[in-house]
Formats: sequence, C-alpha cells, structure tokens
Amino acid sequence: MSARVIVAMSGGVDSSVAAAILREQGYDVVGVAMRLAPEPSAPVAKRRGTCCSHDDFEDARRVAERMDFPFYVIDLRADFAARVVDNFVSEYIGGRTPNPCVMCNREIKFDRLWSRANALQADFVATGHYARIENGPDGRFHLLRAADNSKDQSYFLFTLGRAELARTLFPLGAITKTEVRARARALGLANADKAESQEICFVPDGDYARFVERASAPEQIRAGAIIDSAGNRLAEHAGVHRFTVGQRRGLGIATGERLYVREIRPQSGEVVVAPREFLDAPGLTAERVSLVDDSLASGAEVPVEVKIRYRHPAIPAMMRVDSSRHAEVRFIASGPAVTPGQACVFYRGDEVLGGGFIERALGAD
Amino acid sequence: MLEVARGQVAAIVGADPRQIVFTSGGTESNNLAIFGAMTAATRRRRIISSEIEHSSILAPLAELERRGFEVVRIAPDRDGRIAPERVLDAIGSNRDTALVTLGLANSEVGTVQDLAPLKSACRDAGAIFHVDAAQAVGRIGVDVNALGCDLMTLSGHKLGAPAGIGALYIRDPAQISSTTLGGPQETGRRAGTPNLLGATAFGAVVEALLDLMPAESDRVATLAATLFARLREAIPGLQLNGPLIGRLPNTLNLTFPGVLGESMLIAHDLEGVEVSMGSACAAGAVEPSHVLLAMGRSRADARSSLRISLGWNTTAAEIDAVAKIIPNVWRRVAAAEPISEAASR
Repeated sequence: MSARVIVAMSGGVDSSVAAAILREQGYDVVGVAMRLAPEPSAPVAKRRGTCCSHDDFEDARRVAERMDFPFYVIDLRADFAARVVDNFVSEYIGGRTPNPCVMCNREIKFDRLWSRANALQADFVATGHYARIENGPDGRFHLLRAADNSKDQSYFLFTLGRAELARTLFPLGAITKTEVRARARALGLANADKAESQEICFVPDGDYARFVERASAPEQIRAGAIIDSAGNRLAEHAGVHRFTVGQRRGLGIATGERLYVREIRPQSGEVVVAPREFLDAPGLTAERVSLVDDSLASGAEVPVEVKIRYRHPAIPAMMRVDSSRHAEVRFIASGPAVTPGQACVFYRGDEVLGGGFIERALGAD
Repeated sequence: MLEVARGQVAAIVGADPRQIVFTSGGTESNNLAIFGAMTAATRRRRIISSEIEHSSILAPLAELERRGFEVVRIAPDRDGRIAPERVLDAIGSNRDTALVTLGLANSEVGTVQDLAPLKSACRDAGAIFHVDAAQAVGRIGVDVNALGCDLMTLSGHKLGAPAGIGALYIRDPAQISSTTLGGPQETGRRAGTPNLLGATAFGAVVEALLDLMPAESDRVATLAATLFARLREAIPGLQLNGPLIGRLPNTLNLTFPGVLGESMLIAHDLEGVEVSMGSACAAGAVEPSHVLLAMGRSRADARSSLRISLGWNTTAAEIDAVAKIIPNVWRRVAAAEPISEAASR
C-alpha cells in the first residue's frame, strides 16, 4: 500500500499542483480544504484572491476529480477564530504587528490538520508552500529555503520541529512559480492562471484596522497622541492598532522631514515618530522561540542570519537562546526597523534554524 | 406512461391517482404544500409546525413569518417525538390556524410521529393538514386516509429513484393554489412539462417496494438492531438518538463519545463506509443538527453525531463488516483527534 498524504488545498494553483505532483508520484493523496473563515460576502464579480469561498473549494474539488483522489472540506472555523484571529486582534490592540500566517501554520496546518491526518491514518501532511525539506547526511531532517528565492516561504514555517519535518512534504520546494503554472496547464487544471491570494486571507478588503475595530470592544481601542522623541505632541490618532513600527505613510503629520513610527506604547496610547536614522536598532529580543535543533538553545552565542520581516533579506547577527525560549539577537551591522510582533527567523545559509516572535528592539548601548 | 406511474405512486399511500401531482422532489412538494395552502387561505394567518422539520419546511415557514404570518413551532421530547396533545393545544379553539404541517418520520433521527390524533382536530378547526412523508413512505406503511391528511409530500430519490422526482398528494384541489404558474399540466396544480423519466422510475420503485413490504422493513429493522447492539458493545458511551421503538427501520442516529462527527465521516468515507451528518453543507460549514439541539442534546454532542442509513440493498454481510469497521475508526479518531475546546463550541 502506498503512503497516504493529506494535502491542504486552498483551490489555488500552488496547492493544486502540489497535490497533483504527489498523486503522480504514486502517493495515496487525500485532498483537504480547510474552511477557516465564513463565506466571503462580496459579489462574485468583485472577488479577487480571496480564499475560503465556495468557488475556491470547487476549484480544489475539480483538481481532485481530474487527478482522481478523494477530497473533503473540513470546518476549522472555530479553531481558526480562537487560535489565529483572536491573537491577530489582541496583538494589534497591544501595539504589536502580528503575523497571522505564521500562527495559522503553527496552530492550524501543523496542529489541527496534523491531528486530523492522524485520525485518517495519513503518513504525511503536504502543503503548497515554497520551502524544502531535506534528509541530511546526519540522518536528520532540515528545513531549507525554496529553490525559487523570490517565492521562498520558509519564513512562515520556522515553528516546525524535526518530528514534524519528518512527516511533512513540500512538493513545490524545488521548482519555480513559473514551472508550477506550466505544470498546472500541462495537467489541464482549470486554476492554472488563477490570481495570487492576498496577504491576510480573512481581511479580504485589506483594511485590517477596521477589522480589528469590529472584532474588539470600544474600550479596548487605545487612541492617543503621536509624539516626537522629545515628547512633543504632533497629532492625535484613533488607535495604536493603526500603526506599525517602521511605517511612514498615513501618520497625518505635515512636517518638513520624513517621519517614521519608532515605537508604540499601548499603555499610554502614544505613538513615537522619528526620522529614519533613529529607527535603526542594534538588535532585538524575541519570545516563544522554537529551534529545529534544540542543542542551539544552550545560552551560547551563535552566528546566524536573521530575517525580521518576510520581505526583508536575512542579515548577519549573533543569536543567543536561553532555556526559557527567549532569544537575544545582535545585528553585525546596524539593522532595519524592528517591529514587535513580527516573526524573526534564524537562518544559516539556506537552512532554517528556528525563530521566534519579536518582543522589542534592543536599545543603543 | 405518466398515468401508470401516477397510479403506482398513489397506491403506496392509498390515494386516488387523480390526487397525485408530480413535482421535482420533496423540497418542491413541501414548498407547494406550504405556499400553496397559505395562498389559498385568504384570511387565516397561523401555521403550526415543529422545531425538527426538514429545511424545506423550516425555510418556507421562516419566509412566511417574515411576511407577517404567525408560525408556532412545537418542541419535541428527548426522543424527537412531537406530543399530539401539544399540537392539539396549539390548535385549541383558535379559528385562525390555516395549516398544520408536520413530518411523519424525522429525516435525521428516524422518530415516527403519532399523527393520527390530529385528523379530526384539524378538520374541526378548518385547518389544512400537511404531512411530510418523504422519509416514511416505502419504509413504513403510510395511508393518507388513515392519517386523514389533506396534503402529503413524497420523495423519489429517498427510495432509489433518480433525484428530481417527487409528488404531492392533494386531497381536495380547492385547498391549495398553484405556485408554479404556466401551462395546464397536472390539472393546473403544477405548470411545466412533467418529468416522465423520473416519474416512471418513481412508479417502478414504489411498486417494487409495495411487493416487498412489510417483510423488507422487518429485514432492515433487524439488521439495524443487530448493528446497534454490536456497536453499543464495542463503543462505551455510545448513544442512540431517537426512541428504541417507534422509529424508521433503516435509520440509526448515534452520538459517538469524544470525537468530531466530521472527522468520523471522512475516516469512514476513506474506508468505503458512507455515513452522514445531520446537516452538512458542501462548502464545509458544519452546523450542529437543529433536530438534535431541539431534542436537548448539547452542541458538542450534536457535533459528535452521525446518521447511518440502511437500504433495501444492504446485506447481513455488510452489516457484519461495518460493525467491525466503525468501532476501529472510532478508537483511532478518538485517540488522534480528541475534541478541541474550540470545536465543541
């Protein structure tokens, strides 16, 4: 009997091709689409790049029928709301900038979906992520960047440990997006040219500030003042959740120099702005750190490259992780703006060593 | 040919063929019964039904409620029975009740209702009595005259005919107005070219069932009882939803402790065993069954419940096989995916 693999399918081209590749390789593929959010209410003609719509699931179902494997839609709305959306809202309310994709991978795809995979006697879980897993000469599994560097999604997957990596398949890790679309066309998949999905799937209109306001009680919203580093009030604002450290646009201040958000103080509601050069931090601290190889959590300094936002390049740094899952990272050169709440992921070359969630920037000392 | 089929369908419920109107299925029959009766009732504004009806009853009632009609929904007991006394109380001396609409056998848990006591009360109150017998016909003996109903819904595909064919028994055409307007087909009660192929299949199926019953009902009931006994032995805490007696012979609705029904359903499907959930939707939004909730089950229990249906083609060997498969799947799912707090909400 061939190995059974549960493939998480969104109806998009990536996960469709991932499933098709595994089917062609002879796996016993079971396609699963996860209903995470309610059906989008926008008129069909206006929907672009949303997910969790009936149409998306039908796209996935068509792929399953074409490639002849079973397909199911599973309802994970309650788990997604409790473990991803609530966290997203409370992080913004707390003056941080969350990364819901990391949380979704950790809490939904590699937790709830894994439990389901076990219930269905699956040997593997697969997704359409662009990342590679290699069984190294040391006999251990390693998480690596995708071959297509422009699509690399290893950043979102740092929470995977060795045990999970051993039972996870990323069929797209070695190929490019162009090749994926070509495979989809060659296989006759109807969604070969479907648009990319957007960044935050459960905020279809992209207005995350309004989403946070709708999802929270009015007294939770922390309005306040925009101030400069000297404490001068420059403007009022409607809530700290509307800001992200490093942000320049939308501050509503007309001054001669370009100002950026340097710090968010959720208690007082103050948003501190400063010229660009004041944002550079020498390093950061991170919490809830997980490492692929636990022996790195020895408290010793280790040279790494660290990526502190998905779209930023990894920069050289020294990392120290203590046993309480807390990391201190010092950039070798001065680093970019450090945004609390975002994931920081440690690399060595192409390999993901682990990562955590940014707590704060280190002060210049 | 259509008239042959009409005669066959009429015979299984003891009706006159002229009282049978072919429709596209149970849903259309229920819609025609409810909207047709309420359109004909020019003055009366009240409808009596229950909380555990099929969605093709509940949705039209909700729509009529929006339009200003009064809808009384009787709650069932823990076994899904609608006490006739509660319906009689609701009818009372009220002369405003236009329609009483109740299912004869519940589609999810299989409870068979005692509707005979309602016959004279409906007549006395001048209310139209509609019985949704989509689940009951062909499984238990159903007779329109014994029930004394004015309208009765029948479904073809529940019995093995292709989807897209159903019927409505209409005792007296004056009691309802047509809701599909157009040509004079079905003597003006339902416009549109009739589904001849579907009706022929429907007629053939009910004729075959008429020959097989009641022996076939007894055979299926014995198989279902055997299956339940074996599952109860193998699965501690397994609950049967619905009464032990007074139920459809072919339906078992079971609450499996400690597992999500959705997970059980997929796991069984991969093993080649088809089971179903109360109300699943193609887009993957699984809501706990309104029938089980009305019967007093918790949302968590409702989410852990599955329906197992037997048919005329189910064999003893198949029952023996699933009696082994189901406990194995349950043990595996319970161990791998204990119900999470979020999911049980």
